[in-house]
Amino acid sequence: MAEEWKPKIIGILCNWCSYAGADLAGGGRIQYPPDVRIVRVMCTGRVDPLFIMKAFTDGADGVLISGCHFGDCHYLEGNYKAAKRMFLVKSLLKNIGLEDKRLRMTFVSASEGAKWASVIGDVVKTVRELGPSPLTELTK
Amino acid sequence: MAERKTKKETTAKKETKATKAAAPAPAKAKASMPSTDTKPSRIGVFICHCGTNIAGSIDIPTLQSYAQNLPNVAYVDNYQYMCSTPGQGKIEKAIAEHKLTGIVVAACSPRLHEPTFRTATKEGGLNPFRFEMANIREQNSWVHMHDREGATSKAEDAVRIAVAKAALLQDLFPKSVQVEKAAMVVGAGVAGMQAALDLANAGIKTYLIEKDPTIGGRMSQLDKTFPTLDCSQCILTPKMVDVGRSENIELMTYSEVEAVEGYIGNFDVTIRKKARGVLTPVEAEARGIVGGGCNGCGDCEAVCPVIQPNTFEMGMKPRKAIYIQHPQVVPLIYTTDKDSCIKCELCVKACGNDKRAIDLNQEDEFVKVKVGTAILATGYDIFPIEKKTEWGYKKFDNVITSLEFERLICASGPTGGHMVRPSDGKAPKRVAFLLCAGSRDNTGNAKAYCSRFCCMYSLKHAHQLIEKMPGTIPYIFYMDIRSFGKMYEEFYYRIQDEGAKFIRGRVSNVLEDPTTKNLWVMADDTLLDRPMKLEVDLVVLAAAVQPAELTQKTRKLFGVSCSMDGWLLEAHPKLNPCGTTTAGVFLAGVCQGPKDIPDTVASAEGAASAASIPIHRGEVELEPYFAQCIEEKCAGCGMCVNLCPYSALALVEKDGRKVMEVTEAKCKGCGTCGGFCPGGAIWMQHFATPQIIAQIDAFLLGGEK
Repeated sequence: MAEEWKPKIIGILCNWCSYAGADLAGGGRIQYPPDVRIVRVMCTGRVDPLFIMKAFTDGADGVLISGCHFGDCHYLEGNYKAAKRMFLVKSLLKNIGLEDKRLRMTFVSASEGAKWASVIGDVVKTVRELGPSPLTELTK
Repeated sequence: MAERKTKKETTAKKETKATKAAAPAPAKAKASMPSTDTKPSRIGVFICHCGTNIAGSIDIPTLQSYAQNLPNVAYVDNYQYMCSTPGQGKIEKAIAEHKLTGIVVAACSPRLHEPTFRTATKEGGLNPFRFEMANIREQNSWVHMHDREGATSKAEDAVRIAVAKAALLQDLFPKSVQVEKAAMVVGAGVAGMQAALDLANAGIKTYLIEKDPTIGGRMSQLDKTFPTLDCSQCILTPKMVDVGRSENIELMTYSEVEAVEGYIGNFDVTIRKKARGVLTPVEAEARGIVGGGCNGCGDCEAVCPVIQPNTFEMGMKPRKAIYIQHPQVVPLIYTTDKDSCIKCELCVKACGNDKRAIDLNQEDEFVKVKVGTAILATGYDIFPIEKKTEWGYKKFDNVITSLEFERLICASGPTGGHMVRPSDGKAPKRVAFLLCAGSRDNTGNAKAYCSRFCCMYSLKHAHQLIEKMPGTIPYIFYMDIRSFGKMYEEFYYRIQDEGAKFIRGRVSNVLEDPTTKNLWVMADDTLLDRPMKLEVDLVVLAAAVQPAELTQKTRKLFGVSCSMDGWLLEAHPKLNPCGTTTAGVFLAGVCQGPKDIPDTVASAEGAASAASIPIHRGEVELEPYFAQCIEEKCAGCGMCVNLCPYSALALVEKDGRKVMEVTEAKCKGCGTCGGFCPGGAIWMQHFATPQIIAQIDAFLLGGEK
């Protein structure tokens, strides 16, 4: 374990707002840490709590779900439904002894490239402070 | 030679395509279930250098050899520009030569080039949905420019994730839907009118919706237009009349969009026709009052005892509780102001028994129309410049906005075109124009953007003062003069020659002399590098513009995003400035961002052209990201039915039990049902649970050979 620990963070992004916002950060060449891997879905409403639990049991150190701002969902209300589910998953995480800060839901619009970069910076910082997920040891 | 080969392959492919097209039904039935395909996947991975855009930060040879070792990968190649014709040709050729079953391109964002590569995949003989993109540019090389190792490792993961999904992708078939041969334009300023006229002239039935009692918008409030000095009303009113007369335009003034349902080709829009309290001749006839209804005679207005500020004249002229905004209104129908009307019914008596046009108890009416495409042209409002307290607007009588200046100098305005200052009605001799009032302002208390047309109209104001009242000195306080349009710079020179004084510096403060009501303008003359203090008779603030009040409500109804400052977001700032991310919805004019009149009209014509394309084609293809029910897993609980925002799901009886059924035309593919289903019985095409889980596993569990 001499090698520096690199956090494994997965970001599940909606196509219309956050994925577009992340693209905009790219267009603007706004630099941020390379620790988050992205999976694109059409809407955060698609995010089954199972995906998040699967990511944690697979050894993710952090999970980021990012969608449109409230009232801005391309599909009217998918992000509300996703946000509601996040409360559920967070309380579940707490109950099984996993820091709920490892799961984060953010709202980044298609025009918020700079915000996307700062969200990533913040998520990476949070997960780095928490250290490796306790579940990583279990799955080893 | 390569080209010839490609062509030959294309013909060969057509046969495959034909076979596939002949039997889409079984393929679809299969899609509704998790893949039981035992045939091994053969994925082709293509890595794009994008010149040095990607290759500059990501080690392509490392990525290539990494990809070669991934499971299911049968072929890996890289190229300078994958989106170029030879780049796409590589994909087409490899599909045949290596019997590929799926394609991964590691390049830019799928939001940019997914359609390009899907076409290449299709040309190569595969179903276009057997394609997955790994974004290694926008979300990698461009944002990790100085971390080659980190970027390359992230690219490896991205390719691994994409390959994992590609291995599970299935053939999908877009759904074709008919397009209603009608369009809607929301907002009837110059942009909306132009767009509606273009659509109507192209033979398309167009509903033009305007919240105000009259069409015309902001442009009808202006006096002259720069740099030609055309009279704004003179060039606008013929268009207004054309709109009123056009057979293909159904004009709905004093109306707002209340609800929008459906999708491109089939939008069901509910319009609220606000109660005017006055019947049009058509409405009167519908009530059996033959030959009745408002004819614009104005007898009602003459007797109305209520006096209100006229908003069209920026409150500088009175109007009655029953009113028209100005003499050239279209349609010429009076409107009652419900908030101030005292229901004395003097107007009803004045209108008389023949016309019986006034019904003070009229109620809002809701109308439903079906359109194929829609254009938003919701325009702008003036930023409430009193928020910038340092300039004293609404505190000092003689500080006015440019729009108030337009009305004051306009022959049809409150003073008949006599330029006077509000405090004493005297003609001003020294007038200060404060540019960038609330624009280009990073204090957080105003707008950071350039409002784009204030420089030019302020130059025009200076010219009008000098022309109308010789001896008057306009002082223009500016940061930069932005005269970028055709003949604009020449106009600037002309105003300099006419004697306007230009001071480069932002005004820090405006103070009032309480006895004379004159104003002291404090600024820094940055060219002479000295502070200055100037006494003037009138201050005109070239106030910033902001999206019109109803823009937020309207854009949400149509599912259009906005940028941080509230302007509506175009599909692409350069290559699709009139489109939005909602298929079938387009933008015209200032609602997308500040524009002068020529740019507004051009954008309106662009939007009209774009909005007419699906209508003329008659049908559009919907992306087949539909939900499917895996019936053997469905418990018939019906939770998904309530979750669907589009009412696309329903429970039906099948084999003696209840299962969910999807109406594909209504399903927009958000996947909210699939994200919830407790039994995992919903198969979201192209975003199916096993596909997403495979992506998660690929990232976290590795999976290299």
